[in-house]
Amino acid sequence: MNMIQAINSAMEVMMERDPDVIVMGEDVGYFGGVFRATAGLQAKFGKQRVFDTPITECGIIGVAVGMGAYGLRPVPEIQFADYIYPALDQLVSEAARLRYRSGGEFTSPITVRSPFGGGIFGGQTHSQSPEGIFTHVSGLKTVIPSTPYDAKGLLIAAIEDNDPTIFFEPKRIYNGPFDGHWDRPSQNWSKHPAGEVPTGYYKIELGKAAIARPGNDLTILAYGTMVHVCQAVVADAGIDAEIVDLRTLLPLDIDTIEASVKKTGRCLIVHEATRTAGFGAELSALVQERCFYHLEAPIERVTGFDTPYPHSLEWAYFPGPVRIGQALKKIMKD
Amino acid sequence: MTGDLPRPNLPPLSLHVPEPKFRPGDAADFSDIVVPPAGEARRPDTAAAADSFHDLAYTLVRVLDDDNQAVGPWNPRLNPDQLRRMLRMMALTRAFDERMFRAQRQGKTSFYMKCTGEEAVSVAAAMALARDDMCFPSYRQQGILITRDWSMTEMMNQIYSNKGDRLQGKQLPIMYSVKDHGFFSISGNLATQYPQAVGWAMASAAKGDTRIAATWCGEGSTAEGDFHSACTFASVYRAPVIFNVVNNQWAISSFSGFAGAEATTFAARAVGYGIAGLRIDGNDALAVYAATSWAAERARTNQGPTLIEHFTYRAEGHSTSDDPSQYRSADEASEWPLGDPIARLKAHLIAIGEWDDARHAAQDVELAEMVRAAQKEAEKNGILGHGLHQPLDTLFDGVFEEMPWHLREQQAQMLAEETASGRPWDRK
Ligand SMILES: Cc1ncc(C[n+]2csc(CCOP(=O)(O)OP(=O)(O)O)c2C)c(N)n1
Repeated sequence: MNMIQAINSAMEVMMERDPDVIVMGEDVGYFGGVFRATAGLQAKFGKQRVFDTPITECGIIGVAVGMGAYGLRPVPEIQFADYIYPALDQLVSEAARLRYRSGGEFTSPITVRSPFGGGIFGGQTHSQSPEGIFTHVSGLKTVIPSTPYDAKGLLIAAIEDNDPTIFFEPKRIYNGPFDGHWDRPSQNWSKHPAGEVPTGYYKIELGKAAIARPGNDLTILAYGTMVHVCQAVVADAGIDAEIVDLRTLLPLDIDTIEASVKKTGRCLIVHEATRTAGFGAELSALVQERCFYHLEAPIERVTGFDTPYPHSLEWAYFPGPVRIGQALKKIMKD
Repeated sequence: MTGDLPRPNLPPLSLHVPEPKFRPGDAADFSDIVVPPAGEARRPDTAAAADSFHDLAYTLVRVLDDDNQAVGPWNPRLNPDQLRRMLRMMALTRAFDERMFRAQRQGKTSFYMKCTGEEAVSVAAAMALARDDMCFPSYRQQGILITRDWSMTEMMNQIYSNKGDRLQGKQLPIMYSVKDHGFFSISGNLATQYPQAVGWAMASAAKGDTRIAATWCGEGSTAEGDFHSACTFASVYRAPVIFNVVNNQWAISSFSGFAGAEATTFAARAVGYGIAGLRIDGNDALAVYAATSWAAERARTNQGPTLIEHFTYRAEGHSTSDDPSQYRSADEASEWPLGDPIARLKAHLIAIGEWDDARHAAQDVELAEMVRAAQKEAEKNGILGHGLHQPLDTLFDGVFEEMPWHLREQQAQMLAEETASGRPWDRK
């Protein structure tokens, strides 16, 4: 399966198991979503459980919060992460705090799915990575898979979870992993071990990172598309780096991070979102706080630049192999 | 999950989820759409109070009748030269779309959006507005720029993100921005232009200016909160603004019912805000012209905002990324009861003896040639498919007026890395 099919399968499995799971969003019903992630669900589960919504993201999330308070498990889709901002108040002030402010009387067991990230010539409004905004908010969980296998297991866990979860789908690797070279075709998931996805139920616990590549010289912290780019760069550079795929940004698997950095003594953080006050800043602070005496070189960050996502120069913006490779060399020099 | 109180006598509630009338494979039959005769709707004085003509939010204002004559109180009585120019601009818009759609299919750019079937909405409105009125369009009003004689080569430079692109390749194709032609920078985030148009109009009023603002969104976008905030502001401050809702029946795969069309019209949104509302035949260029000039006169004489619903049909896909055959009946466009706006205006000009098929055919050839020439010109500056045309360092231009230290640092780092990479891109 590719990642879209795996995500589709997760929703299908959960809708079969739990009649309270419902799917909603712009174009998700009959058409099955602009990326086809909800294809076939309405035909199978009916319009009461899978339906198109008006184009109002604050409405979609606000309604999902109400449904969650009633006892359903809504899985709303925001068509592109760039369009989550109209829903920000519902997510930040409402969904995130409902349990806290109601003394646990009401909860928001919603899983907000949204494709994010660039590399598809989507311009400023179809390319952004807003995960840092959500990790900054107390009460939301943030999950980002990097393989179809993880996408399905994590999505199932998120739907079962009783807290509001933002599930960002790296659209650049929906169809296959990708080495960061814009002028090379991406692989197909069918040729990749993580493309083998069981059709039935399984889950991957939220808050647990994965070691995407074990190594001893250096720790790379990455998630989503960047895991694949880093893997390609490390292979080319011949560095024995350990790549930690964070999978869940919040709650964060600090133990795996700490153990890895203490083992290697070096740390590179890679994400596609803009740099300043991005999630990498938090990671960097945590590593510094917990591993300072083990560090043999300054922590480095490779990120998107602090500009809006440009259309034609997107491959210069994208933290690709060139930039990651330079950072690797720099860290290894010390 | 459900409450445990026994309520054996109550009927279960049910959830209504709208469904369009036709899906792929169905024969489209629009006979239930009420198309009132042309010329029937009254035309209130532009100083009339908004609540004195609520009926106009529920009918269809139409000018061109079944015999291709212009009739009734909304007939704008344009002279033949104006009518021919209107027809020409609509045909040019369509020729432009055809060409750029093909360019996308040829891999010359990443994305394109056509406005086929909706040409009257933008062209006739642009003709009815003053040249210096500010337009806040969505992505389907390229007809405004074309009617305001903006250079097609410049539009294509933007579509190709090439060396000549005034926006330096920073925007998605078709997201034009041409301030001195009264064309506000287009956003991909739906409906954000609505309150912005109101703000511009309020500023113009506060300054004692004479210019007004006009804005456009699709019927699907009226569900966004921005739309409703805009209506409230416009009503409260009597902003000199024209709200255009282009009801082309579809919002990607979602039919207009998902924005509330089963319950009422989009023009009727105006009623709750105390705004003037008109529902018009959006495929009748004369009705669009007449409604826009009427609304413009209201705005210019401090009567406040008008909301115009243009009832029309999106004859092609939502964008080059869309495949409408997946969700709607193939014959909807041909069965559409209001016809094609270009064919209708052409028939009118022929009916009044001011045009003929031969001239029309010759004009089509001429326009296609003009578009092709503009394209040739634009392609001298490059196409997106041939790699990157913007000097690498421009990536950091325009985030702020002056570049702060952290961006200068990031820029220097990027350039150094590119140099070291062995395949450096162009610099400024
Ligand atoms: C805030 C926001 N949400 C979602 C989208 C994705 N999107 C782009 S166009 C579109 C449909 C718009 O339909 P409508 O307003 O009817 O305009 P039309 O395309 O028919 O002219 C959607 C959902 C977006 N661009 N912005």
